[in-house]
Amino acid sequence: MIDELLARGVSPIHALDARCRLAACLLLSLPAALAQGLAAPLGILGLGLLLTLLSRPPLGVVLRRTAAINVFVAFLWLFVPAATPGAPVWTFHGLTVSREGLDLALLTTVKANAVFFCVLSLLATIPAPALGRAMTALGVPAKFSFLFVFTYRYLHVIAEEYGRLVVAARLRGFAPASNGRTYRTYAALLAMVLVRAYDRSQRVYQAMLLRGFHGRFPSLDRFRASWPDRVFLCLMALAAALAAYGDWISRSGHA
Amino acid sequence: MPEPLLALEKITFAYPAADPVLDALDFTFSPGQRIGLFGPNGSGKTTLLHVMMGLARPQSGVVRYKGREAQTERDFREVRLGIGMLLQNADDQIIYPTVLDDVAFGPLNRGLAPDAARELAERTLTLLGLDGFADRLAHRLSGGEKKLVSLAGVLAMEPEALLLDEPTGGLDPETRERLVAILGQLAKPMIIISHDWDFLAHVTDTYYSIEQGRLVRDPDFVLHRHVHGHPLGDRHHHHH
Ligand SMILES: Nc1ncnc2c1ncn2[C@@H]1O[C@H](COP(=O)(O)OP(=O)(O)OP(=O)(O)O)[C@@H](O)[C@H]1O
Ligand SMILES: [Mg+2]
Repeated sequence: MIDELLARGVSPIHALDARCRLAACLLLSLPAALAQGLAAPLGILGLGLLLTLLSRPPLGVVLRRTAAINVFVAFLWLFVPAATPGAPVWTFHGLTVSREGLDLALLTTVKANAVFFCVLSLLATIPAPALGRAMTALGVPAKFSFLFVFTYRYLHVIAEEYGRLVVAARLRGFAPASNGRTYRTYAALLAMVLVRAYDRSQRVYQAMLLRGFHGRFPSLDRFRASWPDRVFLCLMALAAALAAYGDWISRSGHA
Repeated sequence: MPEPLLALEKITFAYPAADPVLDALDFTFSPGQRIGLFGPNGSGKTTLLHVMMGLARPQSGVVRYKGREAQTERDFREVRLGIGMLLQNADDQIIYPTVLDDVAFGPLNRGLAPDAARELAERTLTLLGLDGFADRLAHRLSGGEKKLVSLAGVLAMEPEALLLDEPTGGLDPETRERLVAILGQLAKPMIIISHDWDFLAHVTDTYYSIEQGRLVRDPDFVLHRHVHGHPLGDRHHHHH
């Protein structure tokens, strides 16, 4: 139900240490998001596309997700060019599209896609359990990464539970239609899922106590960064620094 | 008689707004004992084990662990490091998405270093015939596999004694046989709740049931150490 479609591939990217991928993703996303000029996000977008290519994702998944994110971006194009004051480029039924507005929409589009492709290639390729461990390894408080891992584990259990309830209802002749009874039935099923999830949280906590839990979240640290990991991380750090520096230069050049 | 591992004295326990499930119950669990606990659904078997482990606190009565009264959460933490308990529902017990992480959770809580904990977890998986399961995802396991993984999580704590709440639920006959063999080999005192008479007859030697909130020792049960080939085989019955 909650499938990580990209996490189980085989590629040079998947072979990299999860911590390095997570760190590289953060390093690249920062200058892409904070840049004021177009050059830095464009460069990172190019790099992100290259990394995505290297991670050999199923084309359908990439297209679907790219489309999803760009639907949001399309809304920006509807409003931002007209809503931003500046030098008029084009007037249409009393709406004035400004040069600054167009620039801003373009910049946002490039930034969004740059970050998106970095996440797609570097983050989405990490299975959730490994991502939890990578977060701990990079200094995210253990409580937080445990919460993440825990959510992942029990989301599946709760989804299964919901699935079982729906099957049980179907087996007894329930056929969804768009009428009040259907909605009431779904509401009852959902309520049942919530009640069970609450009960379960208490039993799970008991199970943790039984196995000696005492408020600290241990981790089986399984990371071994090899030299390709280090080289990769250095290259990505270099690219991020270059992007940040380039953006800073172009900004001070204008001033 | 060696000093009891656990002793319950006059334990009375009731869930909120309900009649007592355990009523002035006395019980001792000593090293070397292998106890089978059976009885109808809702008779209080699970509740009894929860009281022993401090998961349910009785309204009155005393729980003793190795002779000392256990009252606070900290006392019970010691009980839980000494006695491993398998819950009735495996999904409650497997808290990590991947099998190895989960089995290593207990050993890490006991203070083992990560490498030692991983090694112990792997050894335990092998003991249960779960080689190659280390990196499997918990939600992709079958019901029986989940049961075995949750048992691995308990055994990996290397407890002195075991409390198992329906360990055979959802196991196929072959896996159940393997469990009989494994538990037979473990020289640990244990209490097993089960509705599977044949299983109890193979791995335990003393039998109790709960009636009206009290433990009743069942001498009748002793008769059943033969393989059943008749329709009553897996139910409690008498031969004439
Ligand atoms: N969390 C709870 N809150 C209220 N009542 C409970 C709770 N858990 C159990 N009970 C009630 O306490 C009684 C004993 O339950 P318990 O789970 O100990 O039975 P059991 O012997 O383990 O049964 P089974 O063989 O079905 O597992 C039952 O009547 C049950 O309805
Ligand atoms: Mg029970």
